[in-house]
Amino acid sequence: MNNIGKNYLDIRYMDTLASGNTLLHRLDPRAKLITTLLFIVAVVSFDKYTLLAFVPFFIYPMALISAGGLPAGYFLKKVLQVSPFAILVGIFNPIMDKEIIFHIGSIGISGGWISFLSIILRFFLTVTAALILIALTGFNAVCQALTRLGMPRAFVVQLLFFYRYIFVLVDEAERMETARSLRSFNSRSMRFRIFISIIGHLLLRSLDRAERIYLAMRCRGFDGHIRLIRPIKLGWKDVAFVTVWLFLFVVFRMNNIPMRLGELVTEVFR
Amino acid sequence: MSHHIVEAGDLHYIYPDGTVGLNGVSFRITHGESVALVGENGAGKSTLLLHMNGYLSATQGGMRIGDFLVSPASLNTVRRSVGMVFQNSDDQLFMPTVFEDVAFGPMNLGLEKEELERKVMEALDTVGAAHLKNRPPYRLSQGEKRSVAIATVLAMSPDILVMDEPTSSLDPTSRVRLIELLKTFSHTKIIATHDLDMAMDLCERTIVLHQGRITADGPTMQLFQDEALLHGSNLEKPLRMQGCPICGLSESGKKEV
Repeated sequence: MNNIGKNYLDIRYMDTLASGNTLLHRLDPRAKLITTLLFIVAVVSFDKYTLLAFVPFFIYPMALISAGGLPAGYFLKKVLQVSPFAILVGIFNPIMDKEIIFHIGSIGISGGWISFLSIILRFFLTVTAALILIALTGFNAVCQALTRLGMPRAFVVQLLFFYRYIFVLVDEAERMETARSLRSFNSRSMRFRIFISIIGHLLLRSLDRAERIYLAMRCRGFDGHIRLIRPIKLGWKDVAFVTVWLFLFVVFRMNNIPMRLGELVTEVFR
Repeated sequence: MSHHIVEAGDLHYIYPDGTVGLNGVSFRITHGESVALVGENGAGKSTLLLHMNGYLSATQGGMRIGDFLVSPASLNTVRRSVGMVFQNSDDQLFMPTVFEDVAFGPMNLGLEKEELERKVMEALDTVGAAHLKNRPPYRLSQGEKRSVAIATVLAMSPDILVMDEPTSSLDPTSRVRLIELLKTFSHTKIIATHDLDMAMDLCERTIVLHQGRITADGPTMQLFQDEALLHGSNLEKPLRMQGCPICGLSESGKKEV
């Protein structure tokens, strides 16, 4: 199996995780969705030179991973796999922003490096939180929560279908890639023209498939509404979950706790 | 029970690119009949099936399902009475779990709660897939997918079952299991297939299509013995009717010369 296949099969593993049955798994998907969004907003809202203040926020993913019985290594691997995006976003900061902010010994640290590191940390926190949300809830339940929270059905249905068929599409891409590599003996990389043609074929096949699926839906009385069955109920546990985390996020956001601790310690030893 | 009648009257269909799909097809299939639709690739089998649920509409002639001529106005009624099982089960199973997938049709028909649950479980039980109900469809084997796809259709209580290559890409055991299952159905069945052995098992009547025309329509056993006809339509006698290369006997016990 080639690399495309391996990575995507790995994503399906999250569905397996979501079928767990801990307290966190049983929470209302809406509670988890809202908490995750609050977390992301809190993390993203910091000033661009923030580093230390992010430290307490690591409590959230760590608590969820341990209480939900999730494999931490898996998330670390997933985040690292997509990290090139974050690096690409921040990589020019050290070049653009050369103003020295502070010194470690005789080495001056420029604002660019700080903001670069800050981007990486934010990225790490937010992506982990989103992955944990899906691993604790399951993609479909997240979609259901989105509907209940007022997201237009059309978007939710798009998301559901995206998630259902991305694997089928990847399978198809994989077969084409295997067929190509078996017939192009020495070159591992793809020539641009061939790449274009493969992508084109993939698009045509997807269109055909979309038409067949639509037909299958029409045959079973589809009228533009997707109806989901599982009822979801908001209980006191869910409210407590959101409230406690909201409280912590606000505390973490308003106070730079590591800085305070540092000050406290230096105060004591003065 | 005129609901279960499928009647084609001089159907012509030309694809937008000019390819002739059907070129004057007429037949009448009555209640409870089980009919095999055979022919080489591109003979027009799938094109014909797509007329039965109104996906394609004939350029000339018409298709009647029960009392209704298939037309935009009668589409919903027609699609309720014709249950179509697609060749690729992945196209048919699009919901997050098997249960929801089977429930998709009944829910669209307005069933709810206990009634819905009963209907879905009944359909799943019939195809022997009740234990799969919480699984996501993409995790199933081909055989399981096919069973669930049939359940999704059964849950709509159709009068007529239309199947496109139901035994393709199944392993021998799953294939036999499927044939045994289909034998138990009393619906009117129309099965497009290359699997002539299955056609022998399930269908007393066969329609042979060749280049968009019906070249033969009659009792399955009789047509499958007509080698000239099969050869002309790029088909081959069912394996069971061919002499065994080792012992020289066919199923009928007659020694092949």
